Amino acid sequence: MKVRSLAVGLLVGGLVLSACGKEGDAPEGGGGSAPDEAALPTYEVAQNVEIANSPTFKDMQSRGDNKLVMGVKDDQPGLGYKDPRTNEYSGFDIEIGRMVAAAMGYKANQIEYKPVPSEAREQAIINGDVDFYVGTYTMSDERKQQVGFAGPYFEAGQGLLVRSDEEEIKGKDTLKGKKVCSATGSTPIQNVREQKLTENSNIVEFQGYSQCVDKLLGNEVDAVTTDDAILAGYAAEDPEEMKLVGDTFSEEPYGIGLAKEDKALRDFVNDELETSIEEGTWQEIYDATLGKSGAKAETPKIDRY
Amino acid sequence: MDVLFDNLDVFANGFYTTIQLFVVSGIGSLILGTALAMLRVSPVPVFRSAGTLYVTIVRNTPLTLVFLFFAFAYPRLDMVDLSFFMTACVALTVYTSAFICEVVRSGINTVPVGQAEAARALGLGFGQVLGTIVLPQAFRSVLPPMMSMLIALLKNTTIAAGFSVAEAGQIRSILSERGENQLLTLIFVAVGFILLVMILTSVQRTLEKRWSVAR
Amino acid sequence: MSSVLYDAPGPKAKARHRMLAVLGILALAGALGYVGYKFYESGEFVPSKWEWLQYEQIQIDLAKAVLATLQAFASGAVLALVFGAIFAIARLSDHVWIRAFATVIVEFFRAIPLLVMIFLFYFGLPVAGVEMTPYLAVVLGLMLYNGSVLAEVFRAGVLALPKGQQEAAYALGMRKTQVMVTVLLPQAIRSMMPTIISQLVVLLKDTALGFLITYQELLYYARNLGSQGVFDRPIVPTTIVIAAIYIVLCLLLTWLANYLDKRQNRSKKHIDLDDDKKPDATLADAR
Repeated sequence: MKVRSLAVGLLVGGLVLSACGKEGDAPEGGGGSAPDEAALPTYEVAQNVEIANSPTFKDMQSRGDNKLVMGVKDDQPGLGYKDPRTNEYSGFDIEIGRMVAAAMGYKANQIEYKPVPSEAREQAIINGDVDFYVGTYTMSDERKQQVGFAGPYFEAGQGLLVRSDEEEIKGKDTLKGKKVCSATGSTPIQNVREQKLTENSNIVEFQGYSQCVDKLLGNEVDAVTTDDAILAGYAAEDPEEMKLVGDTFSEEPYGIGLAKEDKALRDFVNDELETSIEEGTWQEIYDATLGKSGAKAETPKIDRY
Repeated sequence: MDVLFDNLDVFANGFYTTIQLFVVSGIGSLILGTALAMLRVSPVPVFRSAGTLYVTIVRNTPLTLVFLFFAFAYPRLDMVDLSFFMTACVALTVYTSAFICEVVRSGINTVPVGQAEAARALGLGFGQVLGTIVLPQAFRSVLPPMMSMLIALLKNTTIAAGFSVAEAGQIRSILSERGENQLLTLIFVAVGFILLVMILTSVQRTLEKRWSVAR
Repeated sequence: MSSVLYDAPGPKAKARHRMLAVLGILALAGALGYVGYKFYESGEFVPSKWEWLQYEQIQIDLAKAVLATLQAFASGAVLALVFGAIFAIARLSDHVWIRAFATVIVEFFRAIPLLVMIFLFYFGLPVAGVEMTPYLAVVLGLMLYNGSVLAEVFRAGVLALPKGQQEAAYALGMRKTQVMVTVLLPQAIRSMMPTIISQLVVLLKDTALGFLITYQELLYYARNLGSQGVFDRPIVPTTIVIAAIYIVLCLLLTWLANYLDKRQNRSKKHIDLDDDKKPDATLADAR
C-alpha cells in the first residue's frame, strides 16, 4: 500500500527530525508509585516443570516461541503499570505474575505482557488470548461462571478517593448528591447502584479509572470509587491533591484468572501462592510495591473453591 | 424476548436519551451548518477561508477524538461548565455541522443562476438573496442527502456511550452488569436503531413529496 | 458558482468588505487566542506536559499506534471495496431473490450504528462461541458498514452510465458477468471516485472507534498517554498532536486518491457524464 508507506515514512521522518531521542532510564519525578527496585525479591525459575492435565500449560509448551502470555493492567500505578518511557511493567500484580511464571519455568524475558482492560477480561481468558490474568481481578461468583480463579493473592475492598480539600465526603454514607465516578462495567459501580449510595444521575462512568481521576482533579466529579489498592496507587502519584477516605465497604479478593476448566493449573498456582505467603516472598513483594508507604495488609487466605 | 421485556426500563431510558441527543444536536448542527455554509459563499474572502478551514479540520478528525477533546480537554479551559449530556451535544454538533455545511453549499449550487440574478436585479443584498430566495430552495433540493447526514448523526450518538452518557449504546454495559446475554441485548439495540432509521426515512419521503420543487 | 449570489463589489462595498475582513480576522484571532491563553493559563503549555514527545520509546510506540490504525484501515478498506462491489452487482442482478437478499443485507448494515455493530462482534459473538479479537471486530465492522455504503455508491454509478455502454457490450456477445465486471463497474468506479474517496476517509476515521473496544490504535495510545501521571496528565497536548496526525493522514489519503484518479483520467478511458446525470455525490455519509 502506497498510502501506508508514504504516511508512515512522513511520520517517522517527522519524529526523527524532532527527536532528541531521550532514553527512558531517568525516571525523575516518577511519582510515589514506582516500586522499590532494590527491595524486590528475585524468583527462582523452576526447571522441567510438568503440570499434568493442564490444557493451558500444554498449549503454552506447544507454542513455538516458548513464551508465556500474561494478561495485565497497564494503567494502574502501584499494581499493574507500564511506564510509557521504557515500556517496562511494574507493580504488585505484575510481581505476583512474575513469581507464578517463574514457578511455571518461565524466565522474566519469556513473559509477554498483554494489557487487557476490565471489561474485556473474561473474553480474553475465554478466547485464550492470555494464559492467565493478574490485574485487580475480583473473584466474584458471576465471574466464576465464566472463568476460573486461583488465589486470592490480595484482599482489597472498595474505597473512596477524593480531593484533598474535600470535607463533606467521609465514607460511603455521605455520597448522596455527589458525583461518583468509576469504570464502565466494574463491580464498584454496581455496588454504588445497588446500594443506592448516590442518585443514578450522579453516577459517572468512563472506560478507565485514570479518566475518573482526571475528572476528579478537574472538579467535575467529587469522588472516585473502586478498590482501595487501586486508589492508593493514584493517591501516591499526587499525594498533595488526593486522599483516601472512609472504611472499605466491600470485599474484593483479587484472584488470578485462568481458563475455567483448567483445574490442574488452578491447583498449581494456588500451591505456589500458598508457599509464597508462608515463606515470606509475598510479604517482600508487598513491602516493595503497595506497602512502600508503610500501609499494612492482611495476608490473604487461599480459597480453593 | 425476555432480555427485552425484563429490562424494558433500561432500553426505554437508553433510547429516550439517544433521541434527546439526536434532536438537540440535530437542531444545533442545522443552525451552525447553515451559518457555516453562508460563510463559505460570502463575498468576504476571509470569511470564506474561515469556513473552509473549519470544514477541513473537522471533516478529517474522527468523531471519537472530537468527543475526547470536549470531554477531557475542554474542561481545562475553565469556561462554561457543561454536563456530560451537553458535552456530547456540543461534540456532535461541532462535528455534524461541518457535513451539513457541505450539503447546504451543494444545495446552493443547485439553485438555478437565474433565481439569484433576478433577486439581485430587484436590488436585494447578499443576505436577502441568500436568506429569502436561495436557501429556501436549496434546502428542498438537498433533502435526501440532508436526511442521510441526520441519520448518520443518529447513529453517531452511540459514541457518547464511551463518555458517560447513558444512551442506547450503553445499554449493553448496563445489562452486562445484570448478567444478561450480550448478543441478544445488542441485537435488540440494533433493531431499535433500524426502527428509528426507518422512521426518519419515511419522514424524508413525506417531506420530499410535500416540498418537491416544480421546475 | 457562488459568485452569482452578489454583485461585483463597487468602491463602497469593497471598503465594507475590507472592514469586515479585518473584523473577521480579529474575531477569529481573538477566539483562537482566547482558547490558547486559557490553555496556557491552566498550564497546558508548560514544558513538562510536552516532555513525553522527547522519549524514544514513546515515539516508537506512537509510530506503532499509527501503524495499527493504518493496518485496520488497509484491511477494512480492501474488504469494504470487495464487499461493496459484490453487493452492488447482486443488487443489480436479474434474479429477484438475489436482489432482495442483497437489498436486505445492505439496508440492514447501513441502518445499524457502526459502534453497535463492533460491539456485536466483540461482545456478542463470543456468547455464541465465536472467538473474536478487537482487531477482527473492528475490521469486520468497517467492512460491513462501509461495504454497504460503497455498494450503494457503486450501484448509483452503474445506473448513471449511458445505456449504450451496456447495449454495445451485449452486442459484442459478452455475458452478463463480463458486461458488469469489464465494462460497467470500472467506469462506475471512475465516475464515483470523489464519493469513494470520501467514504474511505470516513473509514480511516472510523478506525478510531476501535479505541472503545481496546483495539490499540492511535486514539487508544493517546488516551493512555494523556492520563499518565508521570507527565502531569498531558491530555491537551496529546489531543492536539493526535488530531494533527489524523488530519494529515486523511488529507494525504484524499490527495493520493485524487492524484491517482487524475493520472488515470489522462488516459481518456472514461466517459464524461453530463452534470445533471452525475449521481449524487453526497451518498457517502457523515460518519
